[in-house]
Amino acid sequence: MAALQRVFGKNTAYWLIGPAALWLAAFFAFPMLSLLSTSLSDPAGSPITGYQMTFRIQNYVEALGDYWPYMARSLWYAGIATVLCLILGYVLAYAIAFKAGRWKNVMLVLVIAPFFTSFLVRTLSWKLILADNGWLVESLQWLHILGEDGRLLATPFAVVMGLTYNFLPFMILPLYTSLEKIDPRLNEAAADLYSSPWQRFTKVIWPLSLPGVVGGTLLTFIPASGDYINSDLLGNPNTQMVGNKIQTLFTDASDYPHAAALSVILMVLIVGMVLFYVRRAGTEDLL
Amino acid sequence: MITRLGSWIGKHLMLTLGILVLIYMYIPNMIVALMSFNDSSESRNLYTFQAFTWDNWLNPCEPQGMCEALQVSISIGLLSTLVSTTIGTLAAFALVRHRFEGRSTMNLMLFLPMATPEIVMGSSLLALFVAAGFGGQLGFWTILIAHIMFNISFVVVTVRSRLAGLDSNLEKAASDLYANEWQTFWRITFPLVFPGILSAALLAFSLSFDDFIITNLNSGTTVTFPMFVWGAAQRAIPMQVNVIGTLMFIIALSVVIGGEVMSRRRAKGKAAAF
Repeated sequence: MAALQRVFGKNTAYWLIGPAALWLAAFFAFPMLSLLSTSLSDPAGSPITGYQMTFRIQNYVEALGDYWPYMARSLWYAGIATVLCLILGYVLAYAIAFKAGRWKNVMLVLVIAPFFTSFLVRTLSWKLILADNGWLVESLQWLHILGEDGRLLATPFAVVMGLTYNFLPFMILPLYTSLEKIDPRLNEAAADLYSSPWQRFTKVIWPLSLPGVVGGTLLTFIPASGDYINSDLLGNPNTQMVGNKIQTLFTDASDYPHAAALSVILMVLIVGMVLFYVRRAGTEDLL
Repeated sequence: MITRLGSWIGKHLMLTLGILVLIYMYIPNMIVALMSFNDSSESRNLYTFQAFTWDNWLNPCEPQGMCEALQVSISIGLLSTLVSTTIGTLAAFALVRHRFEGRSTMNLMLFLPMATPEIVMGSSLLALFVAAGFGGQLGFWTILIAHIMFNISFVVVTVRSRLAGLDSNLEKAASDLYANEWQTFWRITFPLVFPGILSAALLAFSLSFDDFIITNLNSGTTVTFPMFVWGAAQRAIPMQVNVIGTLMFIIALSVVIGGEVMSRRRAKGKAAAF
Protein backbone atom coordinates (compact mmCIF):
# COMPACT_ATOMS: atom_id res chain seq x y z
CA MET A 1 0.00 0.00 0.00
CA ALA A 2 2.83 2.29 0.80
CA ALA A 3 4.15 1.76 -2.73
CA LEU A 4 0.88 3.04 -4.08
CA GLN A 5 1.19 5.91 -1.67
CA ARG A 6 4.39 6.94 -3.40
CA VAL A 7 2.76 6.94 -6.83
CA PHE A 8 -0.52 8.59 -5.93
CA GLY A 9 0.52 10.54 -2.87
CA LYS A 10 -2.17 11.55 -0.48
CA ASN A 11 -4.89 10.56 -2.93
CA THR A 12 -4.32 6.79 -2.82
CA ALA A 13 -7.57 6.20 -0.97
CA TYR A 14 -9.53 8.10 -3.58
CA TRP A 15 -7.97 6.14 -6.44
CA LEU A 16 -8.91 2.92 -4.67
CA ILE A 17 -12.46 3.92 -3.79
CA GLY A 18 -13.04 5.90 -7.00
CA PRO A 19 -14.29 3.15 -9.33
CA ALA A 20 -16.75 1.79 -6.76
CA ALA A 21 -17.97 5.27 -5.86
CA LEU A 22 -18.47 6.26 -9.48
CA TRP A 23 -20.26 3.05 -10.41
CA LEU A 24 -22.63 3.28 -7.45
CA ALA A 25 -23.24 6.97 -8.08
CA ALA A 26 -24.03 6.39 -11.74
CA PHE A 27 -26.04 3.18 -11.46
CA PHE A 28 -27.50 3.27 -7.96
CA ALA A 29 -27.87 6.84 -6.71
CA PHE A 30 -28.60 8.49 -10.03
CA PRO A 31 -31.26 5.93 -11.04
CA MET A 32 -33.03 6.62 -7.75
CA LEU A 33 -33.37 10.26 -8.79
CA SER A 34 -34.54 9.11 -12.18
CA LEU A 35 -37.16 6.91 -10.51
CA LEU A 36 -38.32 9.86 -8.45
CA SER A 37 -38.62 12.06 -11.51
CA THR A 38 -40.48 9.33 -13.44
CA SER A 39 -42.89 8.95 -10.54
CA LEU A 40 -43.82 12.62 -10.86
CA SER A 41 -44.20 12.56 -14.63
CA ASP A 42 -47.32 12.75 -16.73
CA PRO A 43 -48.56 9.20 -17.37
CA ALA A 44 -49.62 10.23 -20.86
CA GLY A 45 -46.18 9.45 -22.29
CA SER A 46 -44.77 6.08 -23.28
CA PRO A 47 -41.44 4.27 -22.69
CA ILE A 48 -40.43 4.99 -26.29
CA THR A 49 -41.35 8.66 -26.55
CA GLY A 50 -40.44 9.40 -22.94
CA TYR A 51 -42.41 11.02 -20.12
CA GLN A 52 -43.04 14.67 -19.44
CA MET A 53 -41.96 15.76 -15.99
CA THR A 54 -44.93 17.66 -14.54
CA PHE A 55 -44.55 17.19 -10.76
CA ARG A 56 -47.76 15.22 -10.80
CA ILE A 57 -48.15 14.24 -7.14
CA GLN A 58 -51.48 12.75 -8.15
CA ASN A 59 -49.59 9.61 -9.31
CA TYR A 60 -48.87 8.77 -5.70
CA VAL A 61 -52.47 9.22 -4.62
CA GLU A 62 -53.69 7.04 -7.47
CA ALA A 63 -51.05 4.37 -6.94
CA LEU A 64 -51.79 4.11 -3.23
CA GLY A 65 -55.54 4.21 -3.76
CA ASP A 66 -55.44 1.42 -6.31
CA TYR A 67 -52.75 -0.80 -4.90
CA TRP A 68 -52.59 -0.35 -1.13
CA PRO A 69 -53.87 -3.92 -0.48
CA TYR A 70 -50.84 -5.27 -2.34
CA MET A 71 -48.56 -3.09 -0.26
CA ALA A 72 -50.19 -4.18 3.00
CA ARG A 73 -50.04 -7.83 1.96
CA SER A 74 -46.33 -7.54 1.12
CA LEU A 75 -45.44 -6.11 4.50
CA TRP A 76 -47.62 -8.66 6.30
CA TYR A 77 -46.21 -11.70 4.47
CA ALA A 78 -42.66 -10.42 4.75
CA GLY A 79 -43.19 -9.81 8.47
CA ILE A 80 -44.41 -13.33 9.20
CA ALA A 81 -41.66 -14.85 7.07
CA THR A 82 -39.08 -12.80 8.95
CA VAL A 83 -40.33 -14.02 12.33
CA LEU A 84 -40.26 -17.64 11.11
CA CYS A 85 -36.76 -17.13 9.70
CA LEU A 86 -35.65 -15.68 13.02
CA ILE A 87 -36.85 -18.74 14.92
CA LEU A 88 -35.44 -21.31 12.49
CA GLY A 89 -32.29 -19.31 11.86
CA TYR A 90 -31.57 -18.76 15.55
CA VAL A 91 -31.74 -22.46 16.25
CA LEU A 92 -29.34 -23.33 13.47
CA ALA A 93 -26.96 -20.41 14.08
CA TYR A 94 -26.88 -21.26 17.79
CA ALA A 95 -26.18 -24.91 17.06
CA ILE A 96 -23.33 -24.02 14.71
CA ALA A 97 -21.80 -21.40 16.99
CA PHE A 98 -21.91 -23.33 20.27
CA LYS A 99 -22.63 -26.99 19.64
CA ALA A 100 -21.03 -27.99 16.36
CA GLY A 101 -17.44 -28.28 17.65
CA ARG A 102 -15.11 -29.28 14.86
CA TRP A 103 -18.03 -29.54 12.42
CA LYS A 104 -18.50 -25.76 12.53
CA ASN A 105 -16.96 -25.00 9.15
CA VAL A 106 -18.65 -27.92 7.45
CA MET A 107 -22.05 -26.80 8.74
CA LEU A 108 -21.40 -23.22 7.62
CA VAL A 109 -20.59 -24.41 4.11
CA LEU A 110 -23.75 -26.51 4.19
CA VAL A 111 -25.79 -23.39 5.02
CA ILE A 112 -24.50 -21.56 1.95
CA ALA A 113 -24.43 -24.51 -0.45
CA PRO A 114 -28.17 -24.75 -1.31
CA PHE A 115 -27.76 -21.22 -2.70
CA PHE A 116 -25.93 -22.63 -5.66
CA THR A 117 -28.87 -24.53 -7.06
CA SER A 118 -30.75 -21.85 -8.90
CA PHE A 119 -33.16 -19.95 -6.65
CA LEU A 120 -36.03 -20.25 -9.13
CA VAL A 121 -35.49 -23.96 -9.65
CA ARG A 122 -35.60 -24.60 -5.90
CA THR A 123 -38.72 -22.51 -5.50
CA LEU A 124 -40.38 -24.47 -8.28
CA SER A 125 -39.59 -27.70 -6.51
CA TRP A 126 -41.73 -26.54 -3.57
CA LYS A 127 -44.59 -26.63 -6.03
CA LEU A 128 -44.05 -30.35 -6.25
CA ILE A 129 -43.80 -30.81 -2.48
CA LEU A 130 -46.92 -28.78 -1.73
CA ALA A 131 -48.90 -30.14 -4.69
CA ASP A 132 -52.56 -31.08 -4.19
CA ASN A 133 -52.04 -34.81 -4.68
CA GLY A 134 -48.59 -34.80 -3.12
CA TRP A 135 -47.63 -36.92 -0.10
CA LEU A 136 -47.49 -33.90 2.21
CA VAL A 137 -51.05 -32.76 1.53
CA GLU A 138 -52.31 -36.35 1.67
CA SER A 139 -50.63 -37.06 5.01
CA LEU A 140 -51.97 -33.83 6.46
CA GLN A 141 -55.45 -34.77 5.24
CA TRP A 142 -55.08 -38.23 6.73
CA LEU A 143 -54.12 -36.63 10.04
CA HIS A 144 -57.15 -34.32 9.70
CA ILE A 145 -54.91 -31.28 10.02
CA LEU A 146 -56.06 -30.33 6.57
CA GLY A 147 -59.66 -30.74 5.40
CA GLU A 148 -60.72 -33.18 2.67
CA ASP A 149 -60.40 -30.59 -0.08
CA GLY A 150 -57.79 -28.56 1.81
CA ARG A 151 -54.70 -27.53 -0.08
CA LEU A 152 -51.32 -25.97 0.52
CA LEU A 153 -50.30 -24.80 -2.93
CA ALA A 154 -51.81 -21.52 -4.12
CA THR A 155 -52.50 -20.35 -0.56
CA PRO A 156 -50.94 -17.59 1.54
CA PHE A 157 -49.33 -20.40 3.55
CA ALA A 158 -47.33 -21.52 0.52
CA VAL A 159 -46.20 -17.98 -0.24
CA VAL A 160 -45.03 -17.30 3.31
CA MET A 161 -43.36 -20.69 3.40
CA GLY A 162 -41.53 -19.94 0.17
CA LEU A 163 -40.37 -16.58 1.48
CA THR A 164 -39.19 -18.17 4.73
CA TYR A 165 -37.30 -20.85 2.87
CA ASN A 166 -35.66 -18.53 0.36
CA PHE A 167 -34.46 -15.89 2.78
CA LEU A 168 -33.39 -18.15 5.65
CA PRO A 169 -29.66 -18.05 4.78
CA PHE A 170 -29.74 -14.24 4.96
CA MET A 171 -30.91 -14.59 8.56
CA ILE A 172 -28.52 -17.36 9.60
CA LEU A 173 -25.25 -15.73 8.56
CA PRO A 174 -25.52 -12.45 10.52
CA LEU A 175 -26.92 -14.35 13.51
CA TYR A 176 -24.01 -16.75 13.40
CA THR A 177 -21.49 -13.91 13.15
CA SER A 178 -22.76 -12.25 16.31
CA LEU A 179 -23.31 -15.50 18.27
CA GLU A 180 -19.81 -16.64 17.38
CA LYS A 181 -18.36 -13.56 19.07
CA ILE A 182 -19.97 -14.39 22.41
CA ASP A 183 -17.55 -15.88 24.91
CA PRO A 184 -19.06 -19.21 26.05
CA ARG A 185 -17.54 -18.56 29.48
CA LEU A 186 -20.17 -15.85 30.02
CA ASN A 187 -22.78 -18.56 29.79
CA GLU A 188 -20.84 -20.75 32.21
CA ALA A 189 -20.47 -17.86 34.62
CA ALA A 190 -24.22 -17.32 34.56
CA ALA A 191 -24.72 -21.01 35.25
CA ASP A 192 -22.31 -20.85 38.18
CA LEU A 193 -24.47 -18.07 39.55
CA TYR A 194 -27.47 -20.43 39.54
CA SER A 195 -29.34 -19.06 36.55
CA SER A 196 -31.64 -21.43 34.69
CA PRO A 197 -31.01 -22.23 31.03
CA TRP A 198 -33.90 -19.97 30.09
CA GLN A 199 -32.52 -17.08 32.18
CA ARG A 200 -29.10 -17.63 30.65
CA PHE A 201 -30.64 -17.31 27.22
CA THR A 202 -32.79 -14.25 27.88
CA LYS A 203 -30.28 -12.38 30.06
CA VAL A 204 -26.96 -13.30 28.46
CA ILE A 205 -27.08 -14.82 24.98
CA TRP A 206 -30.05 -12.99 23.47
CA PRO A 207 -28.97 -9.42 24.40
CA LEU A 208 -25.45 -10.09 23.14
CA SER A 209 -26.77 -11.46 19.87
CA LEU A 210 -28.98 -8.42 19.18
CA PRO A 211 -26.73 -6.94 16.46
CA GLY A 212 -27.13 -10.20 14.55
CA VAL A 213 -30.88 -10.24 15.15
CA VAL A 214 -31.20 -6.69 13.78
CA GLY A 215 -28.93 -7.36 10.81
CA GLY A 216 -30.60 -10.66 9.96
CA THR A 217 -34.10 -9.28 10.32
CA LEU A 218 -33.35 -6.44 7.93
CA LEU A 219 -31.60 -8.69 5.42
CA THR A 220 -34.65 -10.97 5.43
CA PHE A 221 -37.49 -8.48 5.65
CA ILE A 222 -36.29 -6.06 2.99
CA PRO A 223 -35.87 -8.48 0.09
CA ALA A 224 -38.96 -10.44 1.17
CA SER A 225 -41.20 -7.37 1.04
CA GLY A 226 -40.17 -6.62 -2.54
CA ASP A 227 -40.22 -10.21 -3.75
CA TYR A 228 -42.84 -11.44 -6.18
CA ILE A 229 -41.36 -14.73 -7.30
CA ASN A 230 -42.75 -16.74 -4.39
CA SER A 231 -46.20 -15.26 -4.64
CA ASP A 232 -46.28 -15.83 -8.37
CA LEU A 233 -45.01 -19.41 -8.35
CA LEU A 234 -46.57 -20.68 -5.11
CA GLY A 235 -49.58 -18.42 -4.61
CA ASN A 236 -52.71 -17.41 -6.47
CA PRO A 237 -54.04 -14.08 -7.80
CA ASN A 238 -55.22 -13.22 -4.27
CA THR A 239 -51.73 -13.51 -2.81
CA GLN A 240 -50.10 -11.01 -5.15
CA MET A 241 -47.62 -8.70 -3.52
CA VAL A 242 -46.53 -5.19 -4.41
CA GLY A 243 -43.59 -6.55 -6.41
CA ASN A 244 -46.01 -8.30 -8.76
CA LYS A 245 -47.82 -5.04 -9.34
CA ILE A 246 -44.69 -2.97 -9.94
CA GLN A 247 -43.37 -5.56 -12.35
CA THR A 248 -46.57 -5.81 -14.41
CA LEU A 249 -47.09 -2.05 -14.43
CA PHE A 250 -43.61 -1.65 -15.89
CA THR A 251 -43.47 -4.51 -18.35
CA ASP A 252 -47.05 -5.30 -19.39
CA ALA A 253 -48.94 -2.06 -18.82
CA SER A 254 -46.00 0.27 -19.56
CA ASP A 255 -47.44 2.63 -16.99
CA TYR A 256 -44.07 3.88 -15.79
CA PRO A 257 -45.18 6.85 -13.64
CA HIS A 258 -47.54 4.81 -11.46
CA ALA A 259 -45.09 1.91 -11.25
CA ALA A 260 -42.34 4.32 -10.24
CA ALA A 261 -44.59 5.94 -7.64
CA LEU A 262 -45.33 2.52 -6.16
CA SER A 263 -41.62 1.72 -6.10
CA VAL A 264 -40.83 4.99 -4.32
CA ILE A 265 -43.58 4.35 -1.75
CA LEU A 266 -42.16 0.89 -1.04
CA MET A 267 -38.66 2.31 -0.67
CA VAL A 268 -39.80 5.12 1.66
CA LEU A 269 -41.82 2.70 3.80
CA ILE A 270 -38.85 0.39 4.15
CA VAL A 271 -36.31 3.11 4.88
CA GLY A 272 -38.71 4.51 7.49
CA MET A 273 -39.20 1.13 9.13
CA VAL A 274 -35.47 0.38 9.07
CA LEU A 275 -34.63 3.70 10.73
CA PHE A 276 -37.30 3.23 13.37
CA TYR A 277 -36.27 -0.34 14.03
CA VAL A 278 -32.55 0.35 14.13
CA ARG A 279 -33.10 3.22 16.53
CA ARG A 280 -35.30 1.11 18.79
CA ALA A 281 -32.86 -1.79 18.77
CA GLY A 282 -30.01 0.62 19.34
CA THR A 283 -27.53 -0.86 16.93
CA GLU A 284 -26.49 1.70 14.42
CA ASP A 285 -23.18 0.09 13.51
CA LEU A 286 -24.76 -2.38 11.17
CA LEU A 287 -21.83 -2.56 8.83
CA MET B 1 -29.35 -48.22 18.61
CA ILE B 2 -32.60 -46.30 18.89
CA THR B 3 -32.20 -45.70 22.61
CA ARG B 4 -28.64 -44.54 22.00
CA LEU B 5 -29.90 -42.17 19.34
CA GLY B 6 -32.57 -41.03 21.78
CA SER B 7 -30.12 -40.22 24.53
CA TRP B 8 -27.81 -38.46 22.05
CA ILE B 9 -30.73 -36.29 20.93
CA GLY B 10 -31.62 -35.57 24.56
CA LYS B 11 -28.09 -34.48 25.28
CA HIS B 12 -27.74 -32.46 22.09
CA LEU B 13 -31.19 -30.97 21.71
CA MET B 14 -30.07 -27.71 20.08
CA LEU B 15 -27.72 -29.50 17.70
CA THR B 16 -30.50 -31.90 16.69
CA LEU B 17 -32.91 -29.05 16.04
CA GLY B 18 -30.19 -27.26 14.08
CA ILE B 19 -29.60 -30.32 11.93
CA LEU B 20 -33.36 -30.55 11.31
CA VAL B 21 -33.35 -26.96 10.06
CA LEU B 22 -30.41 -27.82 7.84
CA ILE B 23 -32.28 -30.81 6.43
CA TYR B 24 -35.27 -28.55 5.74
CA MET B 25 -32.97 -26.30 3.73
CA TYR B 26 -31.99 -29.27 1.58
CA ILE B 27 -35.44 -30.68 0.80
CA PRO B 28 -35.79 -28.74 -2.48
CA ASN B 29 -32.24 -29.57 -3.54
CA MET B 30 -32.98 -33.25 -3.10
CA ILE B 31 -36.19 -32.92 -5.09
CA VAL B 32 -34.33 -31.08 -7.86
CA ALA B 33 -31.69 -33.82 -8.02
CA LEU B 34 -34.38 -36.50 -8.06
CA MET B 35 -36.40 -34.77 -10.77
CA SER B 36 -33.33 -34.51 -12.98
CA PHE B 37 -33.78 -38.27 -13.50
CA ASN B 38 -37.48 -37.98 -14.22
CA ASP B 39 -38.75 -39.28 -17.53
CA SER B 40 -41.35 -36.72 -18.49
CA SER B 41 -41.82 -37.76 -22.12
CA GLU B 42 -44.97 -39.76 -21.45
CA SER B 43 -46.91 -37.46 -19.19
CA ARG B 44 -48.14 -33.92 -19.09
CA ASN B 45 -47.96 -33.66 -15.34
CA LEU B 46 -44.47 -32.34 -14.88
CA TYR B 47 -44.71 -31.96 -11.14
CA THR B 48 -44.69 -35.63 -10.28
CA PHE B 49 -42.05 -38.29 -10.70
CA GLN B 50 -42.95 -40.65 -13.53
CA ALA B 51 -40.09 -42.99 -14.35
CA PHE B 52 -36.32 -43.14 -14.03
CA THR B 53 -34.18 -42.11 -16.97
CA TRP B 54 -30.65 -40.93 -17.75
CA ASP B 55 -31.87 -39.01 -20.82
CA ASN B 56 -31.99 -35.59 -19.20
CA TRP B 57 -28.34 -35.87 -18.18
CA LEU B 58 -27.31 -37.20 -21.59
CA ASN B 59 -29.07 -34.43 -23.55
CA PRO B 60 -29.03 -31.45 -21.22
CA CYS B 61 -29.35 -28.95 -24.08
CA GLU B 62 -32.47 -30.46 -25.61
CA PRO B 63 -34.99 -27.79 -24.53
CA GLN B 64 -34.95 -25.06 -27.11
CA GLY B 65 -33.18 -21.91 -25.96
CA MET B 66 -32.12 -23.22 -22.57
CA CYS B 67 -28.41 -23.58 -23.21
CA GLU B 68 -28.30 -20.27 -25.09
CA ALA B 69 -29.82 -18.66 -22.00
CA LEU B 70 -27.30 -20.52 -19.87
CA GLN B 71 -24.47 -19.13 -21.98
CA VAL B 72 -25.77 -15.59 -21.56
CA SER B 73 -25.98 -16.09 -17.79
CA ILE B 74 -22.47 -17.52 -17.57
CA SER B 75 -20.93 -14.71 -19.65
CA ILE B 76 -22.71 -12.03 -17.65
CA GLY B 77 -21.82 -13.83 -14.43
CA LEU B 78 -18.12 -14.08 -15.27
CA LEU B 79 -17.82 -10.50 -16.52
CA SER B 80 -19.75 -8.98 -13.63
CA THR B 81 -17.76 -11.08 -11.16
CA LEU B 82 -14.46 -9.94 -12.67
CA VAL B 83 -15.36 -6.26 -12.67
CA SER B 84 -17.17 -6.14 -9.33
CA THR B 85 -14.52 -8.18 -7.52
CA THR B 86 -11.76 -5.90 -8.80
CA ILE B 87 -13.58 -2.66 -8.02
CA GLY B 88 -14.88 -3.98 -4.71
CA THR B 89 -11.51 -5.28 -3.51
CA LEU B 90 -9.87 -1.92 -4.20
CA ALA B 91 -12.65 -0.20 -2.28
CA ALA B 92 -12.29 -2.62 0.64
CA PHE B 93 -8.57 -1.81 0.88
CA ALA B 94 -9.36 1.90 0.86
CA LEU B 95 -11.94 1.52 3.63
CA VAL B 96 -9.82 -0.66 5.92
CA ARG B 97 -6.40 0.85 5.36
CA HIS B 98 -7.15 4.51 4.85
CA ARG B 99 -8.89 7.29 6.69
CA PHE B 100 -10.21 9.75 4.15
CA GLU B 101 -12.84 12.40 3.85
CA GLY B 102 -16.16 10.98 2.69
CA ARG B 103 -15.46 7.58 4.22
CA SER B 104 -18.75 7.41 6.10
CA THR B 105 -20.68 8.61 3.04
CA MET B 106 -19.06 5.78 1.12
CA ASN B 107 -20.03 3.29 3.81
CA LEU B 108 -23.62 4.44 3.54
CA MET B 109 -23.51 4.25 -0.25
CA LEU B 110 -22.29 0.67 -0.02
CA PHE B 111 -24.92 -0.27 2.54
CA LEU B 112 -27.90 1.18 0.66
CA PRO B 113 -27.94 -1.24 -2.30
CA MET B 114 -28.14 -4.12 0.15
CA ALA B 115 -31.00 -2.42 1.98
CA THR B 116 -33.00 -1.72 -1.15
CA PRO B 117 -35.56 -4.22 -2.42
CA GLU B 118 -34.50 -5.61 -5.77
CA ILE B 119 -37.69 -4.48 -7.42
CA VAL B 120 -36.89 -0.87 -6.49
CA MET B 121 -33.31 -1.13 -7.74
CA GLY B 122 -34.44 -2.79 -10.95
CA SER B 123 -37.17 -0.28 -11.65
CA SER B 124 -34.94 2.71 -10.89
CA LEU B 125 -32.35 1.48 -13.38
CA LEU B 126 -35.08 0.95 -15.94
CA ALA B 127 -36.35 4.47 -15.31
CA LEU B 128 -32.82 5.78 -15.87
CA PHE B 129 -32.24 3.79 -19.06
CA VAL B 130 -35.57 4.88 -20.50
CA ALA B 131 -35.07 8.52 -19.50
CA ALA B 132 -31.61 8.45 -21.09
CA GLY B 133 -33.08 7.12 -24.33
CA PHE B 134 -31.65 3.60 -23.97
CA GLY B 135 -35.12 2.09 -23.71
CA GLY B 136 -34.69 0.38 -27.06
CA GLN B 137 -31.22 -0.98 -26.35
CA LEU B 138 -31.93 -2.96 -23.19
CA GLY B 139 -30.06 -6.24 -23.21
CA PHE B 140 -26.67 -7.78 -22.43
CA TRP B 141 -24.93 -4.52 -21.48
CA THR B 142 -27.70 -3.10 -19.35
CA ILE B 143 -27.95 -6.41 -17.47
CA LEU B 144 -24.17 -6.40 -16.97
CA ILE B 145 -24.20 -2.82 -15.63
CA ALA B 146 -26.95 -3.74 -13.17
CA HIS B 147 -25.22 -6.90 -11.97
CA ILE B 148 -21.90 -5.15 -11.37
CA MET B 149 -23.81 -2.51 -9.39
CA PHE B 150 -25.50 -4.90 -6.95
CA ASN B 151 -22.41 -7.10 -6.62
CA ILE B 152 -20.04 -4.33 -5.51
CA SER B 153 -21.48 -4.00 -2.00
CA PHE B 154 -21.37 -7.73 -1.34
CA VAL B 155 -17.76 -7.94 -2.52
CA VAL B 156 -16.70 -5.00 -0.36
CA VAL B 157 -18.36 -6.45 2.75
CA THR B 158 -16.80 -9.89 2.23
CA VAL B 159 -13.27 -8.68 1.47
CA ARG B 160 -13.39 -6.00 4.13
CA SER B 161 -14.23 -8.43 6.92
CA ARG B 162 -11.32 -10.65 5.89
CA LEU B 163 -8.99 -7.66 5.68
CA ALA B 164 -10.12 -6.25 9.02
CA GLY B 165 -9.48 -9.59 10.72
CA LEU B 166 -5.93 -9.67 9.43
CA ASP B 167 -3.15 -9.38 12.00
CA SER B 168 -1.17 -6.29 10.96
CA ASN B 169 1.83 -7.61 12.91
CA LEU B 170 2.48 -10.04 10.07
CA GLU B 171 3.05 -7.15 7.71
CA LYS B 172 5.19 -5.34 10.24
CA ALA B 173 7.24 -8.50 10.73
CA ALA B 174 7.77 -8.75 6.98
CA SER B 175 9.08 -5.23 6.78
CA ASP B 176 11.29 -5.84 9.81
CA LEU B 177 12.76 -8.68 7.77
CA TYR B 178 13.62 -6.21 5.01
CA ALA B 179 10.78 -7.00 2.61
CA ASN B 180 9.91 -3.96 0.53
CA GLU B 181 6.32 -2.80 0.17
CA TRP B 182 5.59 -4.81 -2.95
CA GLN B 183 7.10 -7.97 -1.49
CA THR B 184 5.10 -7.48 1.68
CA PHE B 185 1.93 -6.95 -0.31
CA TRP B 186 2.32 -9.88 -2.71
CA ARG B 187 3.88 -12.36 -0.28
CA ILE B 188 1.98 -11.55 2.92
CA THR B 189 -1.08 -9.36 2.51
CA PHE B 190 -2.46 -10.67 -0.75
CA PRO B 191 -2.22 -14.41 0.04
CA LEU B 192 -3.87 -13.77 3.39
CA VAL B 193 -6.71 -11.76 1.85
CA PHE B 194 -7.07 -14.08 -1.13
CA PRO B 195 -9.59 -16.50 0.45
CA GLY B 196 -11.81 -13.49 1.13
CA ILE B 197 -11.50 -12.33 -2.47
CA LEU B 198 -12.25 -15.83 -3.71
CA SER B 199 -15.38 -16.18 -1.62
CA ALA B 200 -16.46 -12.69 -2.68
CA ALA B 201 -16.05 -13.74 -6.32
CA LEU B 202 -18.00 -16.93 -5.75
CA LEU B 203 -20.77 -14.98 -4.05
CA ALA B 204 -20.82 -12.38 -6.84
CA PHE B 205 -21.07 -15.06 -9.51
CA SER B 206 -23.90 -16.87 -7.80
CA LEU B 207 -25.83 -13.63 -7.14
CA SER B 208 -25.42 -12.62 -10.76
CA PHE B 209 -26.25 -16.05 -12.12
CA ASP B 210 -29.36 -16.27 -9.99
CA ASP B 211 -30.77 -12.79 -10.29
CA PHE B 212 -34.22 -12.59 -11.76
CA ILE B 213 -36.02 -9.48 -10.55
CA ILE B 214 -33.50 -6.81 -11.61
CA THR B 215 -32.56 -8.69 -14.76
CA ASN B 216 -36.14 -9.14 -15.90
CA LEU B 217 -36.74 -5.39 -15.80
CA ASN B 218 -33.58 -4.47 -17.69
CA SER B 219 -33.15 -7.28 -20.17
CA GLY B 220 -35.10 -6.20 -23.26
CA THR B 221 -35.25 -9.32 -25.41
CA THR B 222 -32.15 -10.99 -23.94
CA VAL B 223 -32.97 -14.17 -22.03
CA THR B 224 -30.87 -15.33 -19.07
CA PHE B 225 -31.14 -18.74 -17.44
CA PRO B 226 -33.47 -17.64 -14.61
CA MET B 227 -35.64 -15.88 -17.18
CA PHE B 228 -35.78 -19.06 -19.22
CA VAL B 229 -36.86 -21.01 -16.13
CA TRP B 230 -39.48 -18.38 -15.34
CA GLY B 231 -40.86 -18.50 -18.88
CA ALA B 232 -40.85 -22.29 -18.88
CA ALA B 233 -42.62 -22.41 -15.52
CA GLN B 234 -45.63 -20.68 -17.04
CA ARG B 235 -45.99 -23.55 -19.52
CA ALA B 236 -44.22 -26.81 -18.67
CA ILE B 237 -40.85 -26.92 -17.05
CA PRO B 238 -38.33 -29.11 -18.91
CA MET B 239 -36.66 -31.66 -16.65
CA GLN B 240 -33.25 -30.58 -17.97
CA VAL B 241 -33.59 -27.45 -15.86
CA ASN B 242 -33.11 -29.74 -12.86
CA VAL B 243 -29.95 -31.14 -14.41
CA ILE B 244 -28.47 -27.65 -14.66
CA GLY B 245 -29.53 -26.88 -11.08
CA THR B 246 -27.90 -30.06 -9.78
CA LEU B 247 -24.75 -29.52 -11.85
CA MET B 248 -24.31 -26.00 -10.50
CA PHE B 249 -24.71 -27.27 -6.98
CA ILE B 250 -22.07 -29.95 -7.52
CA ILE B 251 -19.61 -27.55 -9.18
CA ALA B 252 -19.98 -24.89 -6.49
CA LEU B 253 -19.68 -27.42 -3.69
CA SER B 254 -16.48 -28.86 -5.21
CA VAL B 255 -15.00 -25.36 -5.50
CA VAL B 256 -15.80 -24.63 -1.86
CA ILE B 257 -14.57 -28.00 -0.57
CA GLY B 258 -11.48 -27.81 -2.80
CA GLY B 259 -10.66 -24.40 -1.37
CA GLU B 260 -11.11 -25.66 2.17
CA VAL B 261 -8.89 -28.70 1.59
CA MET B 262 -6.21 -26.54 -0.03
CA SER B 263 -6.14 -24.04 2.80
CA ARG B 264 -5.95 -26.88 5.33
CA ARG B 265 -3.13 -28.55 3.45
CA ARG B 266 -1.30 -25.23 3.23
CA ALA B 267 -1.77 -24.68 6.95
CA LYS B 268 -0.38 -28.14 7.62
CA GLY B 269 2.57 -27.54 5.30
CA LYS B 270 3.34 -24.32 7.12
CA ALA B 271 3.13 -26.04 10.48
CA ALA B 272 5.57 -28.67 9.22
CA ALA B 273 7.97 -26.00 7.96
CA PHE B 274 8.25 -24.44 11.39
